[in-house]
Formats: sequence, structure tokens, C-alpha cells
Amino acid sequence: MPDDRPAASNYRYISQPRRTKEDKRFITGRGAFVQDVQLAHTKHIALVASPYPRASILSIDTSAALAMDGVLDVITGAELAEHTDRLYHGVDLPNVRWHPLAVDMTRYAGEWVAAVIADSRYIAEDAAELVEVDYEPLDAAIGIEKVMQPDAPLVHPDHGSNILLKKKFVWGAVDDDFAAAEHTISYRARWGRSSAVPIETFGVITRWSEKDEMLEVWASIQMPQYQEQIADALRIPLNAVRVHNYIDVGGSYGVKRGIKQTVLSGYAARKLGCPVRLIEDRIDNMSGGDAHGPDRLFDVTLAYNGDGLIRSMKMRVVDDVGAYPGRSIQQLGKPISALCGPYRMSSIEYDVTSVTSNKTSQVAVRGFGQAPTNFALETGVEKIARRLGLDRTEIRRRNFIRHDEFPWKIPSGTAYDSGDYHTVLDKAMRFAGWDALIAQRDAARAEGRLVGLGIATCLEPGGGNNIFEHLLNEKIQITTFVESALLKIDGQGQVTVAISTHTAGQGHQTLAATVAGEELERDPDGIRVVHLDSLEALPTRGPVASRMAIMLGSAVSKAARRLRNRMIHIAAHDLAVADTEVEYADGEFTVRGDPTRKRSWLEIVFIAHRQLHRMPPDTEPGLQTIEVHAVPGGGKLPNEKGEVQIYPCFSFQAHIPLVEIDRVTGQVEILDYAVAHDCGTVINPKIVRGMMMGGIGHGIGAALYEKFDYTEDGQLLSGTFLDYLLPSAHEIPDIRDTEHCTPSPLTSHGQKGSGEGGYLGAPAALASAVNDALAPLDIAITELPMRLADIEAALHIHATPVPETAP
Amino acid sequence: MIATIDIEFTVNGKPVRISVPPRMTLVDCLRDMLGLTGSHIGCEHGVCGACSVMLDEVPIRSCLMFAVQADGAAVTTVEGLEGPDGKLSPLQEAFWDCHAMQCGYCTPGMLVAAQGLLDENPDPTADEIREAISSNLCRCTGYQQIVEAIQLAAQRMNEGPDHA
Repeated sequence: MPDDRPAASNYRYISQPRRTKEDKRFITGRGAFVQDVQLAHTKHIALVASPYPRASILSIDTSAALAMDGVLDVITGAELAEHTDRLYHGVDLPNVRWHPLAVDMTRYAGEWVAAVIADSRYIAEDAAELVEVDYEPLDAAIGIEKVMQPDAPLVHPDHGSNILLKKKFVWGAVDDDFAAAEHTISYRARWGRSSAVPIETFGVITRWSEKDEMLEVWASIQMPQYQEQIADALRIPLNAVRVHNYIDVGGSYGVKRGIKQTVLSGYAARKLGCPVRLIEDRIDNMSGGDAHGPDRLFDVTLAYNGDGLIRSMKMRVVDDVGAYPGRSIQQLGKPISALCGPYRMSSIEYDVTSVTSNKTSQVAVRGFGQAPTNFALETGVEKIARRLGLDRTEIRRRNFIRHDEFPWKIPSGTAYDSGDYHTVLDKAMRFAGWDALIAQRDAARAEGRLVGLGIATCLEPGGGNNIFEHLLNEKIQITTFVESALLKIDGQGQVTVAISTHTAGQGHQTLAATVAGEELERDPDGIRVVHLDSLEALPTRGPVASRMAIMLGSAVSKAARRLRNRMIHIAAHDLAVADTEVEYADGEFTVRGDPTRKRSWLEIVFIAHRQLHRMPPDTEPGLQTIEVHAVPGGGKLPNEKGEVQIYPCFSFQAHIPLVEIDRVTGQVEILDYAVAHDCGTVINPKIVRGMMMGGIGHGIGAALYEKFDYTEDGQLLSGTFLDYLLPSAHEIPDIRDTEHCTPSPLTSHGQKGSGEGGYLGAPAALASAVNDALAPLDIAITELPMRLADIEAALHIHATPVPETAP
Repeated sequence: MIATIDIEFTVNGKPVRISVPPRMTLVDCLRDMLGLTGSHIGCEHGVCGACSVMLDEVPIRSCLMFAVQADGAAVTTVEGLEGPDGKLSPLQEAFWDCHAMQCGYCTPGMLVAAQGLLDENPDPTADEIREAISSNLCRCTGYQQIVEAIQLAAQRMNEGPDHA
């Protein structure tokens, strides 16, 4: 099948398949990861973890550890809680206290109870084994429904309940729409506890400078408000925290939010007067790093007509956030920006419950809650199609918002910027060879093989305007989520862009240089991009929510256009013509219609920096500017009906996998995988394609392999890479991709977000494929992951087949 | 203090004489004592492959080996893949051309695994490439652009030095 990508754009650098700026340092082993930072006299932390999911801490004896040569200190939770303030949650929970080390009680197996600081990690680990903690084990609260029972053990007894948040939203005339609909279907869907699990664990090094009374931080971090939360917890001013944003982050996908690690390290560094380094080992990370993902139970009812049109949805969701919620509760909020996906529903009821349990805490994961929600929604669309005997692609076409209907406002108040879902789906099917795949499936079925063809679409909200936080916590009144760029052209005419955040593989240097190069008509290879530290930084919320192409891209574009116009202004003055008479092209400023009258790039640079006598009187010397970019469409809190514009830009993907299930073992093999994506204008095609491919790989893991499994009494069973299975190059197949471009009207070049879509679509698509394969056996699986043993069990139960029914 | 043991080996072609604690892993020795921070630590139980280095021309996990076990061996790390003149190897060039990475954390180990494959098999199929790099986990890329990069490197190397 030919790949019908859009024709190459008219841009000079944007959308061109150029090499990235970042890769060279990685292929030569010269990345600057936190573990590579070498500071003189650094001391090392090893952690003492609780073996019990829930226990009272009766006493901690540190004397043997402290007696070891090379051990400087052992810090316990009680000490740390006395000298630092508790950590932040995303909603108001005054009686749910979160500290870096457990205080009085442990709340999950693996929770950190004490920290040993020593001359080397080896010594620290030895000493950690000598810390004697006397525990009184208690029954644990485990199981998403069990923890809500009135007799469940309380994870936070002072809170009085394991329910942390319960809210119900109704947008539109749900009851009327249900009454008017010809049919309803109810189903349960379950998203298992997995996560992003970067290959680099979280790590942090802090150093307290007594001279400057300031904490310096080098960290593998991806977190808005990181420095603010450090300052708050350590009770120091925000301008006494300097986070070095140049550190390369070895993967994050949302989860690198090491606030507790940083507060612990920072406290120790100040107390001991030396740099202190905390690098999680893999066990620390998987069991104690507070980096698990959503763990959700959905009960959904859809109201629909005989023609397949879905009129309304009631979605009830329970999310198990583990022991300490942090901001993870808010992962129930972001999906409000695209609850109905690409479909035209006229009303929605959304009933959310967040529960705590004695499991490792949840944190932000790629999509911030949207991947589970999309899986739950797509599961329902498939079920309706099956019930009506309607083609699975046709039901989607009938429900899709049409290309000419944008901006389209969904019931919860968010307007989607642009899209062409019918075309992208058609393109995906044509590219995949849908009819041939159906024939391949049917031929295999005729041989008795379990082969299934999947289809799923997804919307990827991008831009990160965290107004949804207000919906879950009225005290939070955030109405924008800014990003900034500083652009300057130096005395030699070289261009430098300064950005204010870390980067974790998303290619922000390439993004900024490409956009600046496009606007200034300068080769991006010669443009330097630096990461300002948090004290130098401009207003930023960083690389979350598929937002940097949208936000940083637009900020750089505006800043570059401003400098370009300023240079034109200087040239016009020097040439004694009006600004409108000067054309800029290829580094030269020329009087329109008279190519002999011109100024070079370097001449204008020299005038701007050194020749005040040739400058226009109203113009600032030098060539530098700052752009602080607010999220398009933001600026408003929800109205009285709870309607609100949450994110600005919405990308779209259609995924088509073909799978085969081994009848004996239950193993799923992906025979083919095709995807079409539309994220508007692509800034760098290699980066965008890579993120989509990686997102699909991540989604394959969540759908088929990855789960943080617990015993009924709360022990983590999958805390290593031997039992928590990240997909390898064997499990992720060759993926065929094509694209479409529906530009956003809200961004500098029509770009949208692209970091999450692969992960939002793949789990739903694989569930569709597996269920298609199992359909001849009347088996339906609506729980992820669908691991080998899960499918094998379902195949065995098939001995007594139960037809799918729904109330 | 724990006694140390003297060892001699070559790292990226240069002789090294060093005294190490007997329990120090090879990856810690490379990173912390020799300053070769290109090899990364991802799991410390031999699954992820981020610490892969060549030991006598075979890719191994440097987290699963003590430094003292490298006594007398020839170790090549990612820092040794460039030519002596600093010229990128064909594999490095292909990784850059295909953007066969994102965060770059697994990249050094992935390059070592891929170089090990190409040294043995200069013209691998896509399946053979997937087999060879299935020893190394990457969380960013879904492996697609890595497989394409290794194919591109093999193709260029087989077309001769002008193309490499």
C-alpha cells in the first residue's frame, strides 16, 4: 500500500526531515544525565523500605548503621517531618499527610522509612541493612472495590475514609437523552495498574550553599511547580532554589515527579553541608518511587439509537491512587477535555471517585488519565457495533464530528479546534489495506486460527491549560499554563534561544531552533538552544500535556517574528524608507523594487549592538526579546454549568492492528499494525513519528504485558524487570504509519500535540483486535492488561461459553 | 576500609591500571573511576541492557560483572565507537539520521548491541536485528527507528567506505 503522506510543505525548515540537535550527544555517550553530575564531596543515600503494606512503626534503631565507617547520618521520617512541611496534593486533603519518609505508619510495601547517608552508595546500602525498624503489621486495604467497603482498613485513619474525592458532573440533558434513545448498553471496563517506567530511574543531587543561602538541584525531573514545591516543603523562599534545567532526563512520559526524593535530599544536603545524591535503584523505583499509573474501574452506560448514533453517556469511574495521591487525583480531571472522544454526543454524566489503598502511589502518566478513558469509551463503541451488527468503522463514521463542524463544542464545554476524522479513518483503512486484512483474518479463521482485526481512534488533547483542576478542587483557580522563550541575536549575528525547562527526549532544542530558523531564515543547525535554570527562567509550566510544539513553538515564533520586524525597522531607518518598503529574505534587507539598496544581516546586527547613531530613535539597542505565551482559548474558569474550555488543540489517530492468539497458551502476536495520525503541522517529522511509535510501544505494554500486581495482602509481585514486563523489540512489531494534516487555527504554524496519541490509541485498538479474535468463541475481555495468562484463563472458561449480555 | 585489588585492562584501546574494591561492578568502575559516563545504569539486574559494553568484542552487561573480572580484557564503551579522529561510526551516523532515540538513555547500550550484531552479521534481516536488540529495552521509540537505523548502517557499510 502506498503511503499517502501530505506533500512536503512550503516551509524551509519546518516539516523537513532534518536531523535533531540533541542526538549527537547521545550517540557519543556525552549526554548529561543526573547520574553523570560529579560534585566534590558528594554523599550518597540508600533507603530503608518497609516490608509491610500497612504497619505501625514502633521504633527505629539506627545505632548499628551509624557506627559503620563512612556513614554520616540516618534520617527517619519523624526527623524529616519535624523540619520540613508536608508534600502537596492535587486536591484539598488536610488529613492525608504525605512526607518523604513514613511517619508513625507505613502505607505500602516498599515505602521508604529511613535514609542512610554515607561516603559511597555501597557503604550506604550496607548500613541500610543495619537499620532496625520495629513494626506492628496491620491489615492492608487492597482491592479497588474492597477499599470502599465500610469495614476496610483505613489507609489514612485521620481522613476517616478511603475515599479521597467523589464528584459527579452532568453536562447537558442526560436524562432526556437517555429517555429518548432507542437502546442502552452497560458494561464494565478495567484498566490495570501499569506505568511509564523509564529506563532511567528518578535521581536527584542537591547542594546547599551556605554562602548564598540557596539550594542547588540537579534532577531527572519533568514536573510543573517543582521548584515551588521544593521551596514550600523545605521552608525556604522560591528564589533560594536553583534547579538546573540542562540535565538530560532519561525518559519520563509524565512520571518523573520526584518531589519527595528531592525534599529528602535537600534536607540532608543542608543538614550535612555537602552535596547529597539520591539515585533510585530499580527496586526503589518500582516499589517506593511513587510512580505507578492509573488503576481504574469504569462502569459505563451508553444511550444510542438503532442507527448506531450515540446520544449520551454515563461514565462512572473509580481510580485507585495508592497510598499518597499527590497530583494524581487530577488525572480524573483531564479526560473531561475529551470525554466523548471524536464523537457527537449531546450530553454526558461523569461520576468520579478517587480511592486510596495500601499500594504504591500513583503519579502522572502519559496522557494524564486519557488513555484509560479512551479505552473505556472505545470498548462501548465496539459493543454497540457488535450488538447492532454494524460495521465497526461505519459506527464510528456515523458518530464522528464532521470536518466542517469545527470548532465543535462538546457537552463539557471544550471546543475542539479542528479535525478531519472521516478522512483520517479512511486514510488509515486504505493504507492498512482493511479489506485485505479482513480477508486475511477470515481465511485464518476458516483454518481454525484465532485472528482478530482491531480498530480504535483517539483524540489527543494538547496544550495543557489546567483549568480542569478547578473542577475537582474549587480552591484551585488556574486559568492558564504559560510557556516562554527568550530569543537573542548576538554581536556576531548568531541566534540563541533560551528555554526554561528540562527535556526528556521530546526534542525541545530541535523544536525551538527549527521554528526560530524558519522565522528568521537562518539555518537551525547554527542556532543554539540553552536551558535556563529555574532562577533565570521565564514563566513556564514545562513539557507536560503534549504542549511544547503548541506552546514553546508559538512562543519562539512570536519572539522571532518580533526580532525580525525590529531588524526590518532598523534597516528601513538606515535606508531612509518606511518599514513596509523593506523586504527581508535570505539574510538580506532590501528596498522593495530596488535590489541595489540593501543591508546585510551582519550590518543590521552591528547597528543594533554598536551604532546608536544609526538606530531609529524609538528602538532599544541590541537584539533580544522575551515572549510569554498563554494557552490559546484559556483565561476563564468554568461557568455555572461546569462548562469550560480546557485544552486548545486536539490531534487525532486511527489504529488498525491485526493479532493472532495462540489457542493453547493465550499468547497474542501482533501480525500487522497500521496507524494514521493527524497532529496538524509537523515541526520535525522524525521526532513526531518517533513519539507516536514509542507511544504505541508503551500502549502495547499497557494492553498486553505490564501490570503492578499485588497479593491480596498487599505485597507487590512485579517490582523488577523480570516480572514487570516492558515490551522488547520482539513484542513490538514493525508498525506502518501514515499521516494527515489538519492544521490548528490556534498555533503559530498549525501544529498540535503529538507526545501521547500513540499511547491513547494502542490499548483500545489491541483490545478491539483481541476481542475480534475471540468473538467466534463468544469471549469478551474488557480488562487490561490482557496478558498471556489472562487470555489463557478466558479460553479455558470458554469450555462453558456464556454469550455476552448486558442489562 | 575494604581492601582493593589491582587490575589491568584496556578501555577503548587505552591501557588502564587501576585499584578497585572487589565488589565494585564494572559499570561503576567505568563511570565513577574512569569518568566514562556514557554507559548507563537502568536496572542493575541484567534485563534492560543500558549498561551494555563490549568485553573482548562481545556485548555484555557491565552491571552484572565485577570490575575485577575485566582484568586482562579489552573493554569498548560507547565512547570508543567513534573513530580516532572523532569521526562518527556508520552506526552512529545512522542512529542520528533515523533519530533512533529520544531521551538517549538506552542509546549507548543499544549502539553496543547493534555494533555487536553488525560485527558478526554485516547484512542482518529485520528479524535478526530485532532478535539482537531484544536484549536491550528502549521505552521511547518502540524500536522502529532503531531497527531502521541498523538497517541503514548495514546498507551503507555494505555499499563501501564511500558510503560509510
